Amino acid sequence: MNIVVLMKQVPDTYAERKLQAGDNTLDRDASDAVINEIDEYAIEEGLLLKEAHGGEVTILTMGPDRATESIRKALSMGADKGVHVLDDALHGSCAITTAKVLAKALGTVEYDLVIAGSEATDSRLSIVPALVSEALGVAQLSGARKVTVDGSTVTIERTTDTGFDRVEGAVPAVVSVVEKINEPRYPSFKGIMAAKSKPVTTLSLSDLGLSPDEVGLVASTTTVESYEEAPPRAAGTIVKDEGNGGAAIAEYLASRKLI
Amino acid sequence: MSFELSADHEVFRKVVRDFAEAEVAPHAAQWDRDHHFPVDLIPKMAELGLFGLVVGEQYGGSAGDGVTGSGPDFTALCLAIEELGRVDQSVGITLSAGVGLGINPILAFGTDAQKERWLPDLVAGRALAGFGLTEPEAGSDAGATRTRAELVDGQWVINGSKAFITNSGSAITSCVTVTARTGVIPGPSGDRPEISAVIVPSGTPGFEVQPAYDKLGWHASDTHGLVFEDCRVPEANLLGARGAGFKQFLAILDDGRIAISALAVGLAQACLEESVRYAKQRTTFGKPIGARQAIAFAISDLAVAVEAARGLTYKAAAMKDAGRPAAQVKQAAAIAKLYSTEAAVSATRVATQVFGGYGFIEEYPVARFYRDAKILEVGEGTSEVQRMVIARGLGLPVE
Repeated sequence: MNIVVLMKQVPDTYAERKLQAGDNTLDRDASDAVINEIDEYAIEEGLLLKEAHGGEVTILTMGPDRATESIRKALSMGADKGVHVLDDALHGSCAITTAKVLAKALGTVEYDLVIAGSEATDSRLSIVPALVSEALGVAQLSGARKVTVDGSTVTIERTTDTGFDRVEGAVPAVVSVVEKINEPRYPSFKGIMAAKSKPVTTLSLSDLGLSPDEVGLVASTTTVESYEEAPPRAAGTIVKDEGNGGAAIAEYLASRKLI
Repeated sequence: MSFELSADHEVFRKVVRDFAEAEVAPHAAQWDRDHHFPVDLIPKMAELGLFGLVVGEQYGGSAGDGVTGSGPDFTALCLAIEELGRVDQSVGITLSAGVGLGINPILAFGTDAQKERWLPDLVAGRALAGFGLTEPEAGSDAGATRTRAELVDGQWVINGSKAFITNSGSAITSCVTVTARTGVIPGPSGDRPEISAVIVPSGTPGFEVQPAYDKLGWHASDTHGLVFEDCRVPEANLLGARGAGFKQFLAILDDGRIAISALAVGLAQACLEESVRYAKQRTTFGKPIGARQAIAFAISDLAVAVEAARGLTYKAAAMKDAGRPAAQVKQAAAIAKLYSTEAAVSATRVATQVFGGYGFIEEYPVARFYRDAKILEVGEGTSEVQRMVIARGLGLPVE
């Protein structure tokens, strides 16, 4: 079974994140770049399915030059090859255009299953997996905490507020996963060394038959008109327990409409 | 000439740091308090390949098959020890000793049968091994070794005791390599003991592991005294040539010194980070203490020491990986170990001073660092022994 994992490189979640003046897009040089955290679970799930069913895991990403580092990390975890959609014109692409590009790129590889993280820590739209499945015209199974494949049927447990739904679809399909699904492995030293010789294909817009005016900021369906820095955090309220601590806390929470 | 680590080493360092931050750091204080040896962590460390960095592929390691592949990567091992040591010195020494003293003697001097029997489990983190050299009255003065091994009816019968043996009594310890007198070599200036090394499997009758020491630091590392009373092991458990024990462990110790140096670099680095963080945050008389020259300059000196120690350590490791002559590696190892460990002890003194009263409270990691540091100047040859080695390397007729 061949699996493609959609991976996004994002600014380190723990770093201060900034937009850049000018076009109000993410300043990707302002902080360290890492694999979007939930995507590591998607990679792990891909590797587990490959270990169970055989086949290959391909990492597909769209992003600037340095996204190569994240592809290498995924390869060092055990993925077999990478596809990097790299083109300056992609800068500022919205979710819909991103999905269009990813769907085109998926047309260049063979797959039975596409696995993605349920959301990215930078834009947090959680819409790309659904848009990709729509663009491909295949089933979408979202929010999976468990994935099983039996022949040409993929079944997931979709987390809900109260439990889970069992959702079934035919392969090929797009599955998005949540953190509950597994525990991503660390790359091993051997894995790091092996990753160096694994193939990574770089695709430009023209390789995908797309023109620059179909993507990027010019074609974006959304724009950031303006933004403000988050205000500095105000000092907290200290409730001193003078025999009435419990009531005082309850009062405070009630005043904030939290209880 | 380059002072940069290779890209592979940087990537590997990052992985070990992520692992250390996620799997070790959150538990370090608790393990220290409870004197708990985190045996469950060993297979996880092995999954990263940490125990196999100098071991060939046939035993599960990453050091090629002797023909192809990248060969042993001692520098990578030092990076791993440094990064683990940055958050938990006990875990750092567990790796350092696990590879340097557990795996290395068998890898370097073992027969194929011995390697096949012991190495795969050690590399996979299913087992740990120890190296029983030090005795209550014999350390670097190995000629004073009193433990005896006598060949009787095809078995080595071992009697004696060993002290401070790391990884020797954990739930997964599979064996300890023990040095022992196996005879006497007559010479013009008198007889000297014939010292050999013998592999003793854990659980062998007559091999008794004493309760864990109550140590000043390294609370989460597994250290025991060992007692051998008519302990019998097969003749085939002799490791390397009979009488070669002395030469063998000298070679082992040179590597171990670079590893301890890396452990010290990790500790000094942790002290630097903690000091910088705290000096920015803690205020006295209306200013952060980092605005006071007394504090800022002390931390600056600490940063210089960390850089210097790291440079000496990586240089020694790189020399070993490059296959430089043993005498050169020995000298570089002693220089690195001496400087780094003394710098680390000094770094913990600075860090606890920066923290003021809180530096004396176990709630803050610098108090643990302070306790963990001292042994670095002692283990794998004291600072005095390093100075002796260095002086001899300089050709001085030091006694």
